[in-house]
Amino acid sequence: MRAFTRLTAVAAPIDLPNVDTDRIIPARFLRKPRSDEYARFLFHDVRFDARGAERPDFVLNRPAYRDAQILVTAENFGCGSSREMAVWALDAYGIRCVIAPSLGDIFRQNCVKNGLLPVILPAGEAAGLRRQLHECPGATIAVDLESRTVTGPDGRAYRFEIDPFARQMLLAGQDEIALTLGYERELRAFEERLEQELPWVVPGVGGRQPATS
Amino acid sequence: MLEKIWARHVVAEGPGGHVLLFVDRHLVHEGGTHALARLARAGRRVRRPDLTFATADHYVLTTPGAPAGDAETGGMLETLARETAAQGIAYFGVGDSRRGIVHVMAPEQGLTLPGTIVVCGDSHTATHGAFGCLAFGIGSTEVEHVLATQALWQRRPGAMRVTVDGRLGPGVTAKDLILAVIARIGAGGGTGHVIEYAGSAIRALTMEERMTVCNMSIEAGARAGMIAPDETTFAYLEGRPFAPRGERWQQALASWRALPTDPGAVFDREVALEAAEIAPTVTWGTSPEDALPITARVPDPARIGDPARRQAAERALAYMGLEPGLPLTAVTVDRVFIGSCTNSRLDDLRAAARVVRGRRAVVPAWVVPGSGLVKQAAEAEGLDRIFIEAGFEWREAGCSMCVGMNGEVARPGERVASTSNRNFEGRQGPGARTHLMSPAMAAAAAVTGRLTDVRTLG
Repeated sequence: MRAFTRLTAVAAPIDLPNVDTDRIIPARFLRKPRSDEYARFLFHDVRFDARGAERPDFVLNRPAYRDAQILVTAENFGCGSSREMAVWALDAYGIRCVIAPSLGDIFRQNCVKNGLLPVILPAGEAAGLRRQLHECPGATIAVDLESRTVTGPDGRAYRFEIDPFARQMLLAGQDEIALTLGYERELRAFEERLEQELPWVVPGVGGRQPATS
Repeated sequence: MLEKIWARHVVAEGPGGHVLLFVDRHLVHEGGTHALARLARAGRRVRRPDLTFATADHYVLTTPGAPAGDAETGGMLETLARETAAQGIAYFGVGDSRRGIVHVMAPEQGLTLPGTIVVCGDSHTATHGAFGCLAFGIGSTEVEHVLATQALWQRRPGAMRVTVDGRLGPGVTAKDLILAVIARIGAGGGTGHVIEYAGSAIRALTMEERMTVCNMSIEAGARAGMIAPDETTFAYLEGRPFAPRGERWQQALASWRALPTDPGAVFDREVALEAAEIAPTVTWGTSPEDALPITARVPDPARIGDPARRQAAERALAYMGLEPGLPLTAVTVDRVFIGSCTNSRLDDLRAAARVVRGRRAVVPAWVVPGSGLVKQAAEAEGLDRIFIEAGFEWREAGCSMCVGMNGEVARPGERVASTSNRNFEGRQGPGARTHLMSPAMAAAAAVTGRLTDVRTLG
């Protein structure tokens, strides 16, 4: 996984609350293997019209925001479906960080697994950043995961909290499976205890062997 | 209850309050093929194929007769069949009557058990919490992680309790209850939390109704919902194919009876609703929180004080093609969908059939059973005849028009009365307009051609 340490980049504001992952990537694209093509799928049905032409009013279609690598959104961005392809599409487009008052739980987790930094700021601070981005289209925001600060276009710095595990994984760009495989001894011990103490959990141990069709 | 389940699944303590949690059941559908392919490429094996169960639901066509899909969707099914076979995972595929929506199939098979941790690469995994387990949706990378390690790194979520006391009125169902809860706490109201549903109205629900409630926890932002197991739970589970038997059943029962939350336990957040105040409920907008009693009118955005909320409501009404102040019962529909992991079980189909019997659908209407076994059971009691005689289409099991991944979508601008769980823009197809409601209400809409208070149909 790609590491995240710090980033200074153009940020785009998204003011609508409850932007769901169906809107971030419509279901019909989920069957596609991960590729650069995902950049085109991002916000597809609100970004392009039925003929595939750009909708000029959509924020990422406006010249100043086109190269955005940061989104500053309203509440509950990324709610709904667990589809990680929403993050794949953001990543393919070049978005490296999403700043919001709140994010869908699964979406936030998916961000971390793909090297995208989720930043939670109080609603007032996120709204203030969006206002500045509207006032100065193309303005940049600086995000520093080491010091856990976001610096707005006006130079004001905001400190954010992030759980230490996510921070460590992002800073190191750590592959989580490799990390967990280092816990093999603990996993084995747990599995032995499970079979002893809660034997009914494992079908075929406590229950019946799976039926064949 | 959350704390008890959590504590017994900790494999190891990690950094920053994260723990490595053991997963008792990993459910897989076609969405898991991305992760299975990455696992195979890395040369890794599934650590616990005996705790992993797969079925096909999202991409299978539900057209009567179950024809094969196109190259892309057919390819997903082939990959899933091949990879599960290579990894020794039980797979309920096309042609197996146990195949169905993963959140219908697993409980039906007795795979979902109280006190366990259940995960699936699907946000509606929350459904399984109806059994008093911790069940939540995960992303594709996490699916790969569970396949490889049978565990997940997690930080304990907050605990929220939603208490619903009293009795639901006639014509009011579990679907109306959960829509009312979401309208109250909002689409992000449960973010970062697990919701435990409690109270006399919850206790009175059947297992199928409890699944409907827990299913939509994610629509309130909560990754999981749960209900304490009781005699209703145990009666449902006993004798199911993968449920424990004999001495193991007795051991399991003893363990399950100790699960319910202790009196006096403190929750991070509490919400209470009166069941008697809940009416048949429908959504009018593009977020599940946009839900109102069927007796209400389309809201007026001009009366919303918060500018962001006002803008969202204006956009929702424009998308939905609705005027403020219109009585909801005046909204005409073009199509009806009865199905999805929220409402496709036998009781749901019975409730819809009771409304439909002796009437006729005036718009195209589909019934998509949740599994092959639900379909068989419904046919055994003649529900299929009731639907077919009323002009409904009786289809094969699958997710179908809830998510439209298999191409089963509504046309742009079409207004759908749907028993599914999401009324997002484009969810049922680009430009499609979704109104969420119970199976009885969807059946009522099918026979009248408009949103209808099922209580007035007699």
